[in-house]
Formats: sequence, structure tokens, C-alpha cells
Amino acid sequence: MSSVAAQENRRATVATTRTPASSDRPRLSRKHREWLAAGLFLAPDVLGLLIFVAIPMVFSIVLSFFQVSGFGSYEWIGLGNYRRMMNDPLFWDSMKITGEYVVILVPVLFCVSLGLGLLVKQKLPGMGAYRTALFLPYVISLVVVGVLWKFMLDEQTGVVNRAMRAAGFDGKSWLGSPSLALGCLIAVTVWVMMGYYMIIFLAGLQEIPKEFYEAAKLDGAGPWTTFRTITWPLLRPTSFFVLLMSTVAAITGGLDLIFVLTNGGPANGTSLAIFYIYQQAFGFGEYGYASAMGSFLVLIMVVLSAVIFKLTRGGRFDDGE
Amino acid sequence: MASDAMARRAHTSAGRRRPLSSRTGLTVLAVVLSLISVFPVVWMVTSSFKTRATVTDGNLIPREFTFQNFVYVFTEVPFGRYLWNSFFISAVITVAALFFHSMAAYALARLRFPGREKVFGAIFATLLVTIPVVLIPLFLVARQLGLLDSYAGLIIPAIFNAFGIFLLRQFYLGLPKELEEAAIVDGCGHWRVYWNIVLPMSRPILSALAIFFFLANWNAFVWPLVATNNQDLTVIQLGIASFQTQYTSNWNYILAAATVAALPMLVLFFVFQRQIVESIKTSGLK
Repeated sequence: MSSVAAQENRRATVATTRTPASSDRPRLSRKHREWLAAGLFLAPDVLGLLIFVAIPMVFSIVLSFFQVSGFGSYEWIGLGNYRRMMNDPLFWDSMKITGEYVVILVPVLFCVSLGLGLLVKQKLPGMGAYRTALFLPYVISLVVVGVLWKFMLDEQTGVVNRAMRAAGFDGKSWLGSPSLALGCLIAVTVWVMMGYYMIIFLAGLQEIPKEFYEAAKLDGAGPWTTFRTITWPLLRPTSFFVLLMSTVAAITGGLDLIFVLTNGGPANGTSLAIFYIYQQAFGFGEYGYASAMGSFLVLIMVVLSAVIFKLTRGGRFDDGE
Repeated sequence: MASDAMARRAHTSAGRRRPLSSRTGLTVLAVVLSLISVFPVVWMVTSSFKTRATVTDGNLIPREFTFQNFVYVFTEVPFGRYLWNSFFISAVITVAALFFHSMAAYALARLRFPGREKVFGAIFATLLVTIPVVLIPLFLVARQLGLLDSYAGLIIPAIFNAFGIFLLRQFYLGLPKELEEAAIVDGCGHWRVYWNIVLPMSRPILSALAIFFFLANWNAFVWPLVATNNQDLTVIQLGIASFQTQYTSNWNYILAAATVAALPMLVLFFVFQRQIVESIKTSGLK
């Protein structure tokens, strides 16, 4: 904030000293030319965000009150879609699975990434290579990730079961039972995303002034005390960011991976809400009904974001500077 | 055999430094975790050189190397076309996005106009709206605009996201203003200041973002799945996904296709690793 204010003051002085010279310019004053320039600079992105993000978002809510049939005929049905949603056991199953998925994935991903961040912050020989290795899965598309893990988790021929049998265990039908498949989906997501959040945690950790750690060392604090009294509180803005992003991503993302790895199965065991909504819309053409469920999901996401914001007091994230 | 290799590796590196200090422990941990992280990717790449008969034999290194899978993938399926589509679409999106976002970010960071903070707030709010959330209305809007089944339909909606605007604005707020102010005093218009001064100064962040955008769009799947039906417009990720359902147990072909799709991103990552990591770091910090 302060830098903007300072900048404005400075610009204001520049502008006032220039007033005599610019007053003989035709038509537009300096100030208005600046407004015009700003408008033109912003126009493409603002229009694009309006048409492809904001309007669809609003449209989605509007749509939820309509029955959309086949190609293009809309019929107002009030809260009909929402009533249907309340009584749709498949939807609530998918919400329950989403709940389990989020409640397991977000904390696990958080802890793994934070652990990795703390690990790769250490000055050890070859640390650059370890960072690279841990980040690598993130650059691969979820489609390829799905294909790759499907191959590795195959019940008969997959390398995971081979390793288990070699170690004296029975192989498991990883993608063949609902709860195991959900577990696999979570594990694979952690594998893909851990490097990304590791880097974010690393950046946050590197922001913490070294003096704090030196002081703690002088006081004879052990690693746990140091973590609890210095790292954890000072890392709060980063923790907020990671929690928020990973929760939002867990609720609305991962469609690609579900499509390829499990296709919602077995027995709808990995049919997360976002997948069920997709099926209703693009499988059965139920755009109105799917929009109602989508709006409900967004509502939950907003509430969760607010809760996370409250819990972490928002870190420094609030004013963007 | 994989866990074997890991254990062996961990053993030797632990054995080298005699007293089991915490440094050694951490190094062992880092090595083991790195191997676990990389192993699936290595497994995919080496398996794609195996024959149909040996692809599931459980060896990390193929006993007989074959390039036949790659030949098959390119000759039996229009994979070249898929790759070109993905490349073309990602490149156009990246260039257009960088251009528009840097313009918008420059205005938000430097130009003074009424309602600036409100505009920024509104743009920032769209960060939480992800493609899956607006997929249905986006599809209907695109259908209304006649954008389905066209390059334009794959490209235009993907250009606009607040993430790039946000990062660039942060970057511009941190740039020294003196040069721009001097240019304005000299009578330069805002466009010339942007084009001749601001844009050249933003090269580092633009290249970091370029890689990030290219990667994200190369890997995109859900929007192309919804927005296209036409074989000629199939992008690589869609190609892989449908190939995979057609050739269910021909893992040698499927893995070769997957390797082809992943390879450009792996190369990009190894070459521009620092830029990618830097752009992620800035996104988390501010």
C-alpha cells in the first residue's frame, strides 16, 4: 500500500510541475490521457475475464434455476434442480467421497510438502538434484500421470504388486476396490503436487530471517522448539496460501486424473462431486441440474476458504503486497 | 527390484560417512525420497522401449530395446498432428496471454485512474474461479459464440486468467520508476513507455511465465475434451486418453505415447528449471 501511495505522490508532483507544458496539448488533459491509456491497456483482459470467467460464473447460478433440454431450450423451474439435488443419493455419495478425499488429501499434502520444504532447505551436497527430482512429477500432465500409475498399479502385472509379492505380501487389487482406489487417487495426487507446494514452502522458509534461528541456537533451543516458536508462526502466510490453494484444487480439480485412472469407479468409489457434475452435464445433457450442484459446490468452497482465512488470519495475503 | 535398488543406494551413501550424523541421515532421506519421486517417470520411459511381450516383465532396464512402439504410435495414430495442435495452441495462448496480462498489469501498477484498486480487486477475485467450476456455462457461452470445434475455441477462453496479471503487477510494483518518469517527462506516450521501457525490463518474469503458461496449456485436458469433437483438433492429452482406452492392454504402445507427450515438458523443465521454480516462488510469496 505505502509504495503505491508514495508512487502516487511522486507522480502527482511530476504531473503538477508539467502542467504548464502540457496545457497547450490539444483536447485531452494529461490526467484524462492517462485514464484513456489505462482503459485501453486493461480492455483486452477485462473483457476476456468478463466473457469467459465472470459471466459464466453468474450464468452458472442462473442456469441452476432452469431445466435445459437437449440443444438450447430453457425452462424456468425455480428451485426444482435444488430439490432434486437434495433427494439425489448419488450426489450425496459423491459429496461424501469428496469430503473424505479433501479431509485426507489436504493435510497429507500439507505435511508432506512442508516436510520436503524443510528437508530441501538444508544445505547438503547435491541438494539441487534432490529438489529437481522431487519437483519433477509436477511437470507431467495428469493424463500421462494417470496412464503411468494405471500401468504400475495393475493387479496382475503392475510393478507395485510385483514389489509387494517379492517382499512376501499378497498383491492387492489397487484400482479394483472403492476405498483402495480412492486411496490411490489421493496418493498419486500427493506424488504430483508435493513438489509444487514444496517449492512454495521453501520460498516461505527462506523468507524467515536467519537471525531468529541464530538467536534460538544461542538460547539452546532444540529443533522442535525452534520449529514451534519460530518457523511455524512465521510461516503462517505460506501455510494459508498452501491450505487455500490445495483445498480449492482438491474440490474442483483432478478431473483429468479421475478420467484416466479410475473413471469414477469402481462402484462410484472415486466419483467425486466434480466428476458426478461433469457426468450429469456432458454425459446426460443435464446442464441445469449440473449447474445447481456446481453452484452448491462453489458455495461450500467459499465457506471453506473463509474458514481457512479465519483460522490462519489470512497471512499477508489480504492486500496483495 | 526398485526398492532393492533404493535400499542399496541408501546403504552405500550411509556407509560412506562413518558416524551416523544427522547430516548423513538427511542425505539418505533426500536420496530415498528423490528416488521414489522419480522412479515412476523412469519406469514409464524405460518401459516404452520394451516389446509387447516384455513390457510387463518387471525389469527396469529393457532386455531388448525397441523403437517400434514409437514408430507405431506415429504411423497408426495421427500423433504428429496431436503434437502440432498442442504446440500451436499452447504457443498462441502463451504469447497472447503475456501480451494482454503485461498490458493490464502495467496499467494496474503504474497508471493512475479512478477505481484502480476496485478493478484489481475484481480481477483478483476471479483467481478462485477455476475452469471446472465454470465448465458448463463456459461450454454454453462458447457454443453461443460459435467457438466449439475450432482453434479459436481452444485458444481464446484459455488466455484469460488473473494469475499472470497478478504476478506481473507485483513485478512492476517492484521496478524502479525513474526511467519511465523520465520518458514521460520527455513526452513519451504511455504506449511507448510500455513498449520500449517496461516490456524489455520485464523479460525475466515474462520468460518464467511463458514457460509456466506453455506447460499448463500443453497439459490441459478438460477444456479441450469439452470443446472439441473434431479429430483434426485433437490435442495430445486427449489423444493419449482415447488411445489408452482403445489399446487397453498394449502397454508398450500406451507408454510410448505417454512418453512422447511428457518428453517436451521434461526437456523444458530441465532447461528452464530455475525460471519455473522462481515463478512458483513468487506466486506463493506475495
